[in-house]
Amino acid sequence: MITIVFGVFLLTLLLIVAIAIVREQDLFTAVTLMGIFSLLMAANFFVLDAADVALTEAAVGAGISTVLLLGALALTPGRERSIPKGRWLALVVVTLTTLVVVHATFGNPRLGDPGAPVHQHVAPWYLEQTPELIGIPNVVTAVLGSFRAYDTLGEVIVVLTAGIGVLFLLGLPGAVGERRREELALGRTYLSHHLVPQVVGRLLIPFILLFALYVQFHGEYGPGGGFQAGAIFASAIILYALIEGEREALTVISPRLLVWMMAGGALLYGGVGVVTMLLGGNFLDYSVLAEDPVKGQQWGIIVIELGVGITVAGVLLAIYHAFAARGR
Amino acid sequence: MSLATQLPALQVAVPLLTAPLLVLLRGPGLAWAAACAASVMAFVIAISLTASVMTTGAISYAMGGWPGPYGIVLEIDALGTLVLLLVTGASTAALLSGRASLGLDIDAGRQHLFYAAWLIVLAGLSGIAITGDAFNVFVFMEISSLATYILIAAGPDRRALTATFKYLIMGTIGATFYLIGVGLVYMMTGTLNFADMESRIADVSDQRPILVAAGFISVGLALKAAVFPLHLWLPGAYTYAPHVVTAFLAACSTKVAIYVLLRFDFFLFQDNLVGHTMQFAVFLVPLAILGILVGSAVAMVESNLKRLLAFSSVAQIGYILLGASFANEAGLTAAVAHMFNHALAKGALFLAVAAIAMRVNGLRLQDIAGIGRRMPLTTAALAVAGASLVGVPGTAGFVSKWLLLQAAFAQGALGIAAVVVVIASSLAAVFYVWRIVECAYFGNAQAPGDAAAVVTEAPLPMLLGLWLVVIANVYFGLAPELPVSLAESAAADLLRHVP
Amino acid sequence: MELFGLFNYWVFALLLMVGFYAVISRPNLIKKLLGLSIFQAAVFLLYITMDKVEGGTAPIIQKGVDDAIYSNPLPQVLILTAIVVGISTLALGLALVVRIYEAYGTIEEDEIQQQDLNR
Repeated sequence: MITIVFGVFLLTLLLIVAIAIVREQDLFTAVTLMGIFSLLMAANFFVLDAADVALTEAAVGAGISTVLLLGALALTPGRERSIPKGRWLALVVVTLTTLVVVHATFGNPRLGDPGAPVHQHVAPWYLEQTPELIGIPNVVTAVLGSFRAYDTLGEVIVVLTAGIGVLFLLGLPGAVGERRREELALGRTYLSHHLVPQVVGRLLIPFILLFALYVQFHGEYGPGGGFQAGAIFASAIILYALIEGEREALTVISPRLLVWMMAGGALLYGGVGVVTMLLGGNFLDYSVLAEDPVKGQQWGIIVIELGVGITVAGVLLAIYHAFAARGR
Repeated sequence: MSLATQLPALQVAVPLLTAPLLVLLRGPGLAWAAACAASVMAFVIAISLTASVMTTGAISYAMGGWPGPYGIVLEIDALGTLVLLLVTGASTAALLSGRASLGLDIDAGRQHLFYAAWLIVLAGLSGIAITGDAFNVFVFMEISSLATYILIAAGPDRRALTATFKYLIMGTIGATFYLIGVGLVYMMTGTLNFADMESRIADVSDQRPILVAAGFISVGLALKAAVFPLHLWLPGAYTYAPHVVTAFLAACSTKVAIYVLLRFDFFLFQDNLVGHTMQFAVFLVPLAILGILVGSAVAMVESNLKRLLAFSSVAQIGYILLGASFANEAGLTAAVAHMFNHALAKGALFLAVAAIAMRVNGLRLQDIAGIGRRMPLTTAALAVAGASLVGVPGTAGFVSKWLLLQAAFAQGALGIAAVVVVIASSLAAVFYVWRIVECAYFGNAQAPGDAAAVVTEAPLPMLLGLWLVVIANVYFGLAPELPVSLAESAAADLLRHVP
Repeated sequence: MELFGLFNYWVFALLLMVGFYAVISRPNLIKKLLGLSIFQAAVFLLYITMDKVEGGTAPIIQKGVDDAIYSNPLPQVLILTAIVVGISTLALGLALVVRIYEAYGTIEEDEIQQQDLNR
């Protein structure tokens, strides 16, 4: 009961924030509200027992996407200029769509109904078979990494495509400067003169990195995995860039290395698929990787999760740097 | 396990995994060569898959060794292989012939990224064509869409950016609608595998979520397929994309969305189809006819060559839908065959435009005046491809239009209306193709002298690629067995699922 | 209880409406992208709502607990993918907005159209 009340409370807040985002004319405020929206959404996912998704939404939605939006706002006007009046057609289309959806909901199974069709067919099989076939506790990771590994490969490629696109449109970060270190040191204009963020940030960064590694390699046992870890890792480096200047961050992870991370992770993932083929299995059938099929599955999942993490971290950092470097 | 059994996975994996390699390459020449190699390989795989589907029937391949519905299963049937041939063939022809043209549009430092995006589009579209999983369609749709945005944004004009943004917004709405629909179907059936869905949907097919899901999926895919009136992104995107990209996309990308639409309508929502036979007649046929009429009309008055051809595409999508909306063997055969033949004609036309654009500034009709004397081979190719678009006997376009007319005649009163529309729009096509050809051969160049003097024939690889496609237009016009037999078995496949 | 059984789906529908309205009615390109994000987030809510089982817990199997009820892992996997697709689309969209601003000096759709017409 208490979770339902809490859920209703969160959802109502979510709706209010969403309306505020659309009404707000100051884009900076709207973006900040968007971060709040994502956090509320993450909390909601947690209430709905989706821990992995909550973690991802918090890291990606509230963290990375806010950074990207702010990065883009720094390069474009921060206020909506014209507010059109009376877009009746839009309102009619939208209201109709919504009514259709609401109409559909009356046929939906109730929230949490254990008899709903989704809980009958494929899902119980995953829950029953995962301990036996994959041997890891986190069923979400098992489905993501093995049963539907092909989707996940596609997802890595989607991220890679975004990276390719941003680099294509905005240029490689640091392409201006394969410059010398002394010159880079001059780029210290960020938060380096603000003592409090600097001290707190420097203290936090190692722990964030550690947490990223934990999320990466503990994904089989608890919530987490490559996507979340990649996003958290990227956010640590972005924090470093904010404090020390992004040129300093580019000396830690050079543009060339970023590109290698982007492509390398995807290739690592695909490479596992190719190896399984060469060993006589189907594409991404990890059970051929070791004598014991269950061990093979576990190895496969660890390696592909690593590939995911590397690509996600590389792409997110490359995108951040591309936006930041565009500013000057 | 032999190589042959791995072909379905390789079809997607080869371009998908070559793309990240391209990101690492330096030097545009190397990137182009690698992209070509991957594309040619994909084409060869598609041909051999087609051969085995035609001899032994549909193929399925369990990704990761997990059987459906628990894992993702690839399902390759006649319709899928036809789409595969289109996608890989269009990509290969455009890549092989387009290097010089792309070199003019995109600076050398960014070309490796461009070619990587190209291969991702190829992999994404092929992935959609062979998957047997509803959510996997979404993933690959997004792969191909995101990469397509990159290809279009590479256009040299700044309007390419706004066209891409518009496409990005409409494309994402389309994909999200699709996702909502798949979610609702999953909610009621508990599965994502097409075959499994089909067997489980019968019990719930009259439930509200399924009906609404059918609506969302149809609208979402119609957005992606640029079905009138959801075509608004298409003219801008086709016009401002780099010319070779337009040739590639115009040949196959909307067809892939139509392919998914057909699969859903005939494999999953067939109970709805039967229960709502009127749905097609009342909803789809008018849209198809309006699309044909509006597209043809705008093409008649449009003066920008690429925009003209883009609106002609809107009309041609209408033909395909019109055939499909008859929901019988003749109509579906015509629709599927027209997917193939229109891809040949439009691909050839846009390649010819790309060749012309390399030598002329601007693509308005007056800019190409008199081009026939200076680029005789290109202009001849343009004329033949135009004839195929119109549907002149002896070209590929004729075959499917004839099939469509036959199918329409068998439909009674509604069919007669369709026949009238098809004939009217064919006359419109005669008019706008003739405008181009007349201008190219008989028009007087406005500024003779320096501008016209440098106009020479397009480079050799471009001409070779272009003529290869043009010859295919004539070949499949005279010997239409391959596309028509594929289309027939595709139609039989689609109808087999309808009770 | 019954009353709230569909509440999640209604919020999904309303969020969908808010996001969709922003996308099609606002001329500001960044606002459109924000609307698109809300629109996509609404769909995440739809899927995750499906996965909930009464009295259940996150699908991480604990040894020695036999009678535990777990929520459905599959929608969670799908939405992990969808979230990543969403951020990828957003990143690409923002890069386009930046380029559009550099090319046109504005990110308001009506002003951009005006400029294109005047050429």
